Amino acid sequence: MKLLALETSTEACSAALLLDDHVIERYQWAPRGHANLILPMLDAVLAEAGLSLGQLDALAVGRGPGAFTGVRIAIAVAQGIAFATGLPVAPISTLAAIAWETGRRQGVDRIAVALDARLEEVYWGTYRAAADGGVLLLGEERVCSPEQASLPEVGEWVGAGNGWALYADCLSRPALKTWWSDYGPTAEAVARLGALAYRQGRLVGAEQVLPVYLRDEVVKQRSC
Amino acid sequence: MLVLGIETSCDETGLALYDGDCGLLAHVLYSQVELHADYGGVVPELASRDHVRKAIPLLRELFRQAGIDAGAVDGVAYTAGPGLIGALLVGAALGRSLAWAWGVPAVAVHHLEGHLLAPLLDAEPPAFPFIALLVSGGHTLLVWVGGVGEYRILGESVDDAAGEAFDKTAKLLNLPYPGGPALARLAEQGNPDRLRFPRPMTERPGLDFSFSGLKTFALNTWRSLEPSPDNAAAVARAFEDAVVDTLVIKCRRALRQTGIGRLVVAGGVGANRRLREHLRELAVAEGGRAYFPRPEFCTDNGAMIAYAGYRRLLAGQCDDLAIRATARWPLDSLQPPGPVVQS
Repeated sequence: MKLLALETSTEACSAALLLDDHVIERYQWAPRGHANLILPMLDAVLAEAGLSLGQLDALAVGRGPGAFTGVRIAIAVAQGIAFATGLPVAPISTLAAIAWETGRRQGVDRIAVALDARLEEVYWGTYRAAADGGVLLLGEERVCSPEQASLPEVGEWVGAGNGWALYADCLSRPALKTWWSDYGPTAEAVARLGALAYRQGRLVGAEQVLPVYLRDEVVKQRSC
Repeated sequence: MLVLGIETSCDETGLALYDGDCGLLAHVLYSQVELHADYGGVVPELASRDHVRKAIPLLRELFRQAGIDAGAVDGVAYTAGPGLIGALLVGAALGRSLAWAWGVPAVAVHHLEGHLLAPLLDAEPPAFPFIALLVSGGHTLLVWVGGVGEYRILGESVDDAAGEAFDKTAKLLNLPYPGGPALARLAEQGNPDRLRFPRPMTERPGLDFSFSGLKTFALNTWRSLEPSPDNAAAVARAFEDAVVDTLVIKCRRALRQTGIGRLVVAGGVGANRRLREHLRELAVAEGGRAYFPRPEFCTDNGAMIAYAGYRRLLAGQCDDLAIRATARWPLDSLQPPGPVVQS
């Protein structure tokens, strides 16, 4: 299968082309550089494989949570490509992508992801490695203070995501073995999880490709 | 050449298809006015969220109305600024990606260039050069327009835009958001001889505007009066008369200074009935003619972006793959279109 993926919800910007098991990726740490970089990156991975959009089976996109503007860039790009080509899209959680990336690097099973949500909160999701190579969300993703983040079941857990570097003291629990803060969501992780979604038929059309912000109270107060 | 235009610089999602041979094929608009009404102004994050939610359904509606296949598009034009950065980015990312996926060129369009060229969408368009008065909630400008991309700013507001002053004055009179049109309706019932407001910056030479003091004058006047419907209408009328008069005086100066008779009136405030009447009379008195885009093209819309983009694409302009969005972008930094890659 051939799948094109993009991820711009954190300071990193990345694009990946999955060709069965082989991945071609472009990745750059680029705060505020996503708008300039993402299409050239997508163009480059296709060019390297000598493929055009018409030869693909699907798209996958990091749908958030993350920086609002970054998430919307990825979503609007995916919407545009999906509308123009008719390709189906797998919207992938950025928290799941971090869990997958951490699981792959460290061979761990229970992963508690905390992504910095600013305002002294984290985007929080707890995952287990799944038999199909993906990750399984336990409970729900949410935005909360580090103190309110909870582990859903007993067992040995590891932490992942940049929230751990900021709030390790508040996030730590007795069941927690260790944490890694430097695995972010990558387009490759989005592509791998997208391929699983493709096999399971969990794809959507352009109009259903929408951001997941988790934080929905964005207006402080109403003016009089 | 068939061009898709995308406008998302503020609180309207506007899309249009313009064809070089057949003209405007279709245009659709989704206004977020109700979404922001509770807050008394546009909330940028909410605007961005709504654009990304509405864009694709609206795009499908556009092609349905035009009755053509999306694959027929030859180029994409999107508003790249000035405006709300988050809102701009949605339309820019969508537009640039559509063009990339279709394998057609894209151009980043200046929002105000869209407004300035909007009258060219209508039958009997003005010839270049012309003088344009651009009056909206975000801008008050007098511009010499020599051609596509040839703009010289003759005067502009040193503080509030005219539309902003309308909205703020409407708010102090407790009119519903957005207040400008409501204030104009209330002014219809006001006695024009009851109150007289100053005509700011008309006593001295120059083509710049200032409307912030007028707003304060309206506030102080309103506070000094009994809060009755008659008094509110009189304040609305005196305010509207002062704004219209000021704009007319500056336009007269601009026409005389440049010796040009063609006056284009664009932007949301350009839909104001009294302003239109007075500027039409002014242009005739000066031996020229006033041109008004149809009301739906005075406010933000996709058609003007499609048209401005069409003119640039036709001249061979083609941007690189960067998604362009810039909150501030001086109008007079634009260049005439040419076969150059903007990068």
